[in-house]
Amino acid sequence: MKNEYTITVYTENQVGLLNRIAIIFSRRKINIESLNTSPSEVPGIHRFTIVINETEEVVRKLARQMEKQVDVLRAFCNTADEIVWQEMALYKVPTDEIAEKVKVERLLRAFGARAVVIRRDYTVFETSGHREETDRLVQELEPYGLIEFVRSARVAIINASDGFHELLQEFEQREPGEEAAENEFLDQHEEVFAM
Amino acid sequence: MLHTELELSEDLLVETPPFRTLSGSQAVLETFISEGVNTVFGYPGGAIMPIYDALYDYNERLEHILVRHEQGAIHAAQGYARASGRIGVVFATSGPGATNLITGLADALIDSTPVVCITGQVFAHLLGTDAFQETDVINITTPVTKWNCQVTEAGDIPAVLAKAFYIARSGRPGPVLVDISKNAQLQQFDYEGHKPCNHIRSYRPKPIVRREYIEQAAALINAAERPFILFGQGVILGNAEREFRSFVEKSGIPAAWTILGLGALPTGHPLNVGMLGMHGNYGPNVLTNQCDVLIAVGMRFDDRVTGRLDKYARQAKVIHLDIDPAEIDKNIKTTVPVWGDCKETLPLLTRLVRPQTYPDWLERFREHDREEQKTVIHGELNPDCATLTMGEVIRLVNEHEGGEAIIVTDVGQHQMVANRYARFNQSRCNVTSGGLGTMGFALPADIGAKLGAPTRRVIAIAGDGGFQMTIQELGVIQQHGMAVKILILNNQFLGMVRQWQELFHDRRYSFTNITSPDFVQVAAAYGIPGQRVSERKELQNGIKAMFETPGSYLLEVMVGKENNVFPMVPQGCGVADIRLC
Repeated sequence: MKNEYTITVYTENQVGLLNRIAIIFSRRKINIESLNTSPSEVPGIHRFTIVINETEEVVRKLARQMEKQVDVLRAFCNTADEIVWQEMALYKVPTDEIAEKVKVERLLRAFGARAVVIRRDYTVFETSGHREETDRLVQELEPYGLIEFVRSARVAIINASDGFHELLQEFEQREPGEEAAENEFLDQHEEVFAM
Repeated sequence: MLHTELELSEDLLVETPPFRTLSGSQAVLETFISEGVNTVFGYPGGAIMPIYDALYDYNERLEHILVRHEQGAIHAAQGYARASGRIGVVFATSGPGATNLITGLADALIDSTPVVCITGQVFAHLLGTDAFQETDVINITTPVTKWNCQVTEAGDIPAVLAKAFYIARSGRPGPVLVDISKNAQLQQFDYEGHKPCNHIRSYRPKPIVRREYIEQAAALINAAERPFILFGQGVILGNAEREFRSFVEKSGIPAAWTILGLGALPTGHPLNVGMLGMHGNYGPNVLTNQCDVLIAVGMRFDDRVTGRLDKYARQAKVIHLDIDPAEIDKNIKTTVPVWGDCKETLPLLTRLVRPQTYPDWLERFREHDREEQKTVIHGELNPDCATLTMGEVIRLVNEHEGGEAIIVTDVGQHQMVANRYARFNQSRCNVTSGGLGTMGFALPADIGAKLGAPTRRVIAIAGDGGFQMTIQELGVIQQHGMAVKILILNNQFLGMVRQWQELFHDRRYSFTNITSPDFVQVAAAYGIPGQRVSERKELQNGIKAMFETPGSYLLEVMVGKENNVFPMVPQGCGVADIRLC
């Protein structure tokens, strides 16, 4: 059964790595729903956040393919209930429409939106939240002439994670401890593929 | 696939003062020498000219083999690596020079061959301007390299190249490409001497061996009634032939090979029951679906080995030994994964398995073998038809060489026949393009294999189609005065495709009849002696002449036009549905 997975990949900061990771998905005709690259909690280490809809087995195989790349430290795969996630969205609407027909205040309150810019001709709102919330605000604003809309990729924090600092120290060891050396997706082998 | 430890030749490590001013190009060559490289395959061009200029002064320490096409360079490097266990090294220029490497990179990646390619690149300030001979080499080669990197500063060259060699040879080996811009090749910098790389924090070449899985594997094996070993190139890449043989002999389990595993256990070993897969032997295929425990060592369950997955060994518990965690559970779900270098895992497993014999189970393999001998093998090796068969040619090669020669094959029917019937007494004798199936592989790989194993007899076996794909490399044999043997099995068809057309496309031979030049005359034009044989009575002497004429020799044997390779597991069928005719 396909499910939404958020994959967090810790990597070295290397030119070309984005392509190396992206082709792992494109080669298998898997559509990336959302992809974000950013710094991580550890200086010099990059963090990719990738959202896909796939079965657990496929996701595990993908994670192993990613970890196989020389410049990838670790990939973690999580379902929605294992992470805290947000997406940011920007909405540009005509100021006069909004001012006259919709109570700005109501929008701000109901959707937790923030006015980023208010100009004579247009206003830009910002929200961050889950996809359904931004979708609803889009619906709300469409009748009033939504000029531009853009939504960012997902960013996610893993509930159970202690961060990457300690793990990185293990990776830097010549003889790493089990945690760093093991492939987490094999570690749970018995649970996953009990025969 | 398993770990390879390549030895640096210590006599080549030169003492260097702490700082020397070198150009980037000189640093490339110094690094090569420090890494033990003594042979480079390449082709010059505009963007790599500074490296070639520096090479002029390294003539005595680095032998450069000038190929006729960059694809020839990388296949030669692959042949060199496979025969010697060392890293194959390639130079090519930017643009077309680099793109001509792609097929070889893909081949080396899928067959886990350690190769380091250096490509020239336009000046850094011209990157992205569509400059003359500029291509985006890094992005083009990303899917077909284990690792790649572009260098635009001379100071980065020593560290990046040290990393490249380490990545190419460690863990599951593979091809690595370093793209060096022309300004970096020319730039002078303070060279601090070679610092070998043996650790990259984001890279784990070898997973830690887990004892509990070794114990579980041993318990499964000890309780098995009909265990069966499948072995692949991992045994060879891990230099674990001896460890593997001890495991097989102590456990008493019949063992069958993938075509890249061929030779890891001598073909004449009593527990070597033959070849797996589409054109493999009858017993190993049928009995895959009757064994109770399947032990896969350094192989990756390629579709040519497994046939239809949902009809593959469903009854068996599977133990998979592999160095690459991504291979475990990729195609076949494993009962016990034993990840790690088989040089380490096999002895641990051998210690825990009980000495055992399986006479009844082994007899089943022998029964199937007798059946296959009767319906297929006897007729192929000792035909009574008028036309020559590929199998009888291979039989005569065996008789002449006694399993000692390195055999490099191309791709197609002759490859399957040669792999089925060639005898090998030792490892690193069989060089072929297994995963990618690259026609045109044999001739350049033959040249590389000879350079990698100069004291061994090396013979390329090719079909009339594949040979024409890289025929220009005959020029290398001529220029370097090499002693390689070339055996062309000419059936005047692209035989394997024709066989499929016959069996699955209603004999519609769409564009598979191919003409050839007079190969003997072509060879003669390159100064290579040779002859063509069409009659059985001339064959023995032809083979003898090929092997006994000093230097290179080309023997063309005209074989039956429409002979087929059997047995065969038709595509989409299970291994037990193997056809004998």
